[in-house]
Amino acid sequence: MSVESGLSTKGGRSWEAWGHWFTAQRGLLISLVIFAIMFGFYAWKLEVGLSASMVNTAANKGALLALVAMAQTIPVLTGGLDLSVGMVFVLTNCLAASVVNGDPRMTALGIIVVLITGLVCGIINGIIIVYGRLQPIIVTLATGAVFFGVALALRPEPGGSVNFEFADFMTTSFFKVPSSVILLLAVVLFIWIPYRRSVLGRAAYAIGSSEHAAYMSGVPIARAKIMAYALAGFLAAIAGLLLTALTYSGAAKASLGADYTLNSIAAVVIGGTSLFGGAGSAIGSIFGAFIMRTVGDLLIVFDINPVLQPLFVGIVLLFAVSLGSLRLLRIKNKLDLYR
Amino acid sequence: MATMVMKRLDKATMIAFGCSILLIAIGAIAEPNFISSDYLLQQLQTASFLGIIATGVMLVILLGHIDLSIPWTISIGGMMATAATGFFGETLGPFLAIPFGLACGAAVGLVNGLGVAYLRAPAMIFTLGMNAVAQGLMVFHTGGFAPQDRGLPIMRELATGRLIPGVPNPLLIWIVVGAATIFILTRTTLGRRIYAIGNKERAVYLSGVDTRRVLLICFMISGACAAAGGILLAGWANRSYQAMGDPYLLPTIAAIVLGGTNVLGGRGSYIGTVAGVILITLLQSILSVIQPQLFFAELGFRVPAEVFRQIVFGVVIISMLLLYGRERLQR
Repeated sequence: MSVESGLSTKGGRSWEAWGHWFTAQRGLLISLVIFAIMFGFYAWKLEVGLSASMVNTAANKGALLALVAMAQTIPVLTGGLDLSVGMVFVLTNCLAASVVNGDPRMTALGIIVVLITGLVCGIINGIIIVYGRLQPIIVTLATGAVFFGVALALRPEPGGSVNFEFADFMTTSFFKVPSSVILLLAVVLFIWIPYRRSVLGRAAYAIGSSEHAAYMSGVPIARAKIMAYALAGFLAAIAGLLLTALTYSGAAKASLGADYTLNSIAAVVIGGTSLFGGAGSAIGSIFGAFIMRTVGDLLIVFDINPVLQPLFVGIVLLFAVSLGSLRLLRIKNKLDLYR
Repeated sequence: MATMVMKRLDKATMIAFGCSILLIAIGAIAEPNFISSDYLLQQLQTASFLGIIATGVMLVILLGHIDLSIPWTISIGGMMATAATGFFGETLGPFLAIPFGLACGAAVGLVNGLGVAYLRAPAMIFTLGMNAVAQGLMVFHTGGFAPQDRGLPIMRELATGRLIPGVPNPLLIWIVVGAATIFILTRTTLGRRIYAIGNKERAVYLSGVDTRRVLLICFMISGACAAAGGILLAGWANRSYQAMGDPYLLPTIAAIVLGGTNVLGGRGSYIGTVAGVILITLLQSILSVIQPQLFFAELGFRVPAEVFRQIVFGVVIISMLLLYGRERLQR
């Protein structure tokens, strides 16, 4: 699976290069098309038409999950998993509801503190995984519990407040483009793409494809892994900030964190990233997240009880992973079925 | 090589048991009642719910897969067993309740197994999807009509009674389930195949074993075990409710891993899982005895008790694994 993605990201010269590019981006393109169809259908079925505020609401809901899903993507690319992203998200939300306050300078300082907290959480994960030589699933499961404990200590009761100007800035639209979409674009342009093109970003893909081969080729494995988890914490912190801006408060709810962790994994897979690592992109995860959220909106259009949302999200998820089984039809040697 | 593996396992099990004894000692110092046989028996009873659930998940982890559909399979087991009188009537219901609950859990496991074994979908994501589907089905079940959610007398008896004087029934069930699992893992071809698949499925396939069937069986056992846990929990609380399985996912996986089972499969002993389950249970209960939040309240920090449970939980898992769960350095 992971070999076919290769390292070619730039096409454009020959048909062959385009073919390679298409193979590498297939998951992303499929998720983009599915999202476009689903959202188009939603907009078409909506009798009142699509108002700017509805787009804004949909974008805000989607952007939260999209940011957490992008965070999840990076460890997954290295062949790992971060089960603590949801809890970092909750922790930074609780922290932001306390520190992102007061005059502009204090607010800016608060934002920086929140982002650094996320980064530190990620670095802790990375260091334990790399130098403790433990399985990422277990480590992040355990650190997730710790992060949630800290969040609960910060905010035993839901509440807190946030600088209103900052919150409005994060949640309005500019020229009909929701600022959460602009935020996502900024994250892609200024964090994901530079990371993807950096040595450590390429190393993440290499480790996911074959850690052994990457080691033999002198790829900086330790640094790349720590960077991957650190970035995951950082992106989750951005999501935590956005949540604070949306709700004007912080709440340490375990179910919220678990929900976002699980949905982020689903979004990553729907977005075309291989859970075995080495193939995929955070951009695909954005569309994966929006697909997950549009399922809920479609239920409303079809007049289905919204409490049934988990059922449909689950079915979409099962359908998405089962689609991956189509590759079984192409396998000529039955031995390739087994690891 | 084999003796080396045995030594490793022993170390994990020993440390887990050792820590349990240490916890009991700490508990005894803080609260003398902690060491009374009543209290310890009660701990074992609480542990047996977790132990039964962990049994099935352990088999799946030994295969190198994971079952994340545990929370809602527990709920399915409990809710379907209590709803059985509604489906089958008053006369048949009580007899069919427990088999029906188990069958529903096994059915979830069947779908998981089909997806993982035959569609070759990653277990992590497939079972996650099944968890959501199970949740949706249960929401649909409660949304459609008012379901019967009272525990039946037979379930109450199973969860709270004592068939053998002095031994709570759940503990008895855990002992039976555990003995059967140890027998399967060490004395049958199925057990050998489970370990072998966890090490290298390809090699097992080449030896002429239908590995997919083994996967399917283990996922079904996992579903049935979770459902059994749910039925007992429903009997214990005398009712079933939707989120009853939610607090069990992390402790289950933590108990198995602390017991020395490799998350990547192929290595681990059931005795280790028993040690892990007891350790996790004691850890959870000792915090409610010591009550560190009172100490912090005196210092002027008012924090909920849950804070300590979470943080201690996480820190203990990581520090214990740092003691014995580390992988070999890749060179």
